[in-house]
Amino acid sequence: MAADPIIRVESLSAGYDDKVLLRDINFTVNRGEVFVILGGSGCGKSTLLKHMIGLYQPFSGKVLIDGEDIVTAEGEARKAILRRIGVMYQSGALFGSMTLIENVRLPLEEYTALDDEAMDLLALTKLKLVGLDGFSGHMPAELSGGMQKRAAIARAMALDPSILFLDEPSAGLDPITSATLDELILRLAKNLHITFVIVTHELASIYAVADRIIMLDKRKQGIIAEGDPKRLRDESDDPLVRQFFRREAEVATV
Amino acid sequence: MTSTAAAVDAAGPAATLAVSDAADGSRLLRLAGRLDTYSIAAVWSQARAAVAQVPDRRVVIDASGVDYCDGGGVALLLDLLRQERPAQAAVSVRALKPEFKTLLDQFDPATLRASAEEHAARLPAVAEIGREAVTVARDIVTQIAFIGETSSALWYAIRHPQHVRWKDVWYTCEQVGVNALPIVGLISFLIGIIIAFQSAVPMQQYGAEIFVADLVGLSILRELGPLMTAILLAGRSGAAFAAEIGTMKVNEELNALTTMGLDPVRFLVITRILAAVLMVPLLTLFANMLGILGGALTMISFNIPVLSFLREIDSLVDIKDLAAGMAKTPVFAILIAGVGCLRGLQTGTGASAVGISATRAVVSGIILLVVVDGIYAFIYYLLDI
Repeated sequence: MAADPIIRVESLSAGYDDKVLLRDINFTVNRGEVFVILGGSGCGKSTLLKHMIGLYQPFSGKVLIDGEDIVTAEGEARKAILRRIGVMYQSGALFGSMTLIENVRLPLEEYTALDDEAMDLLALTKLKLVGLDGFSGHMPAELSGGMQKRAAIARAMALDPSILFLDEPSAGLDPITSATLDELILRLAKNLHITFVIVTHELASIYAVADRIIMLDKRKQGIIAEGDPKRLRDESDDPLVRQFFRREAEVATV
Repeated sequence: MTSTAAAVDAAGPAATLAVSDAADGSRLLRLAGRLDTYSIAAVWSQARAAVAQVPDRRVVIDASGVDYCDGGGVALLLDLLRQERPAQAAVSVRALKPEFKTLLDQFDPATLRASAEEHAARLPAVAEIGREAVTVARDIVTQIAFIGETSSALWYAIRHPQHVRWKDVWYTCEQVGVNALPIVGLISFLIGIIIAFQSAVPMQQYGAEIFVADLVGLSILRELGPLMTAILLAGRSGAAFAAEIGTMKVNEELNALTTMGLDPVRFLVITRILAAVLMVPLLTLFANMLGILGGALTMISFNIPVLSFLREIDSLVDIKDLAAGMAKTPVFAILIAGVGCLRGLQTGTGASAVGISATRAVVSGIILLVVVDGIYAFIYYLLDI
């Protein structure tokens, strides 16, 4: 795949209050790839994700999405960037007082001029893509964890974003459900040409979906490895990286 | 809004639709340009109407001019394809670019039709009424069960005071009692001032200002002190209890208590009811005091010194009146805390359910307070207190 960066993170430093978690990190995400951010607990994976979607303000640096900086954008320009991305939060974050179809319809109601019937159909096609078209009238609480995450992906796709951010999609799911979710991610990436940025530490799912990964480390406060996960596992010089992959790989093969 | 969207995503022209009738009698819809979630709104209803106009002729959608199509554009095509029509008047799409055709082929238009109807299904009126009636009946049953459970847990707590979590009780006492002092004090002080002032002006015309003292004393001690304190607490602590227990229910903390073998009623409700029963009488005394103080200070401007004011109260109002007011306060406390906790335990799922519970706690709490106050007034009348 020719390098065609859709997200470019430039010398980003971030953290909470005075505590620096990430120092001067640089990387790019190419259009159409499945990009995984991984690392041990507390290394700043989720923090990095939340900076990439513009929820938090970094200490310094830029996050360019399709060439536009989400850090400094304001008003309509910021909204325009946000419409190009969709986010699935760790617990789904579906609105509990709305049915699934209403959850998916919400961004359509706010951003498009479609009539009711059109919005219903559009929302239904999104639910069908994640295999939940039979549950459009259900409340989120009536669904299992895996279904809630799929529904959250459907809602994130409501406005056909070119980038989807997923925060720990397989956390708390059984292996079969988690594999189904991996398949869904691959299918959406292939059929809809969506770029995925995924935060996870589920090794099985990293091997299944990732085109490229970056690994963060708490002590280095930055990226310690970048590239194809299988090659990193076999060839990396960094003992930490090998340890991460090997130790968990042993567990995963049992 | 749409203009900015178009400016930002300006990869091609907006969506366009041209309708024409071919020589063989079929209708031709020529879709062109960019079909995305924002641009399709402009052509969607037009396209739907163009298809609906010719229920007995074939419709061909020519998509050769489409240079971008995402999920929104696919939904538009699906909407036209899913219409129920006779076989000789079928709708078909031609010349859609292959990369967009794979998107369209993920869906079967016929299945979308079925599920859309299912979504629109509504219950008949009789079923709706029945359903509501069952909900109300269930609500009454849970309330009776709650009263029973709470009474038995209270009785247990009285017999085994060492099993009560007193640390929680004291903490709740601080929340319910100490932290409520400023607002209770302010409101009763102002009520005292207002009653005194409002009645002093007309009574002055008859030279009867001194009797304002009796009016303020009686009304504050017997009615307003206890009732105002209780209403303030229903708004303050009743809502807080409902929101707190409701959030715990949403977070499955109540389930955690149950599986640890801890009864939520004993653990959460009893501590709160005990705290309220301890604090409401004290708050009421405080409110009585400040109410009378407010009245006394107001009457200084009507040339009645504070001492004469207090002596006048002492001559007519006796300990019986104070007791009549104070006797209500434990009952008010149990009502406020009980209703708050009950509404919290009844919380449904989701964030809005917590808000509904808090609202219901305040509303039903205040209604109960006023009803019970009325019952007290009737009993006092019968007993001539």
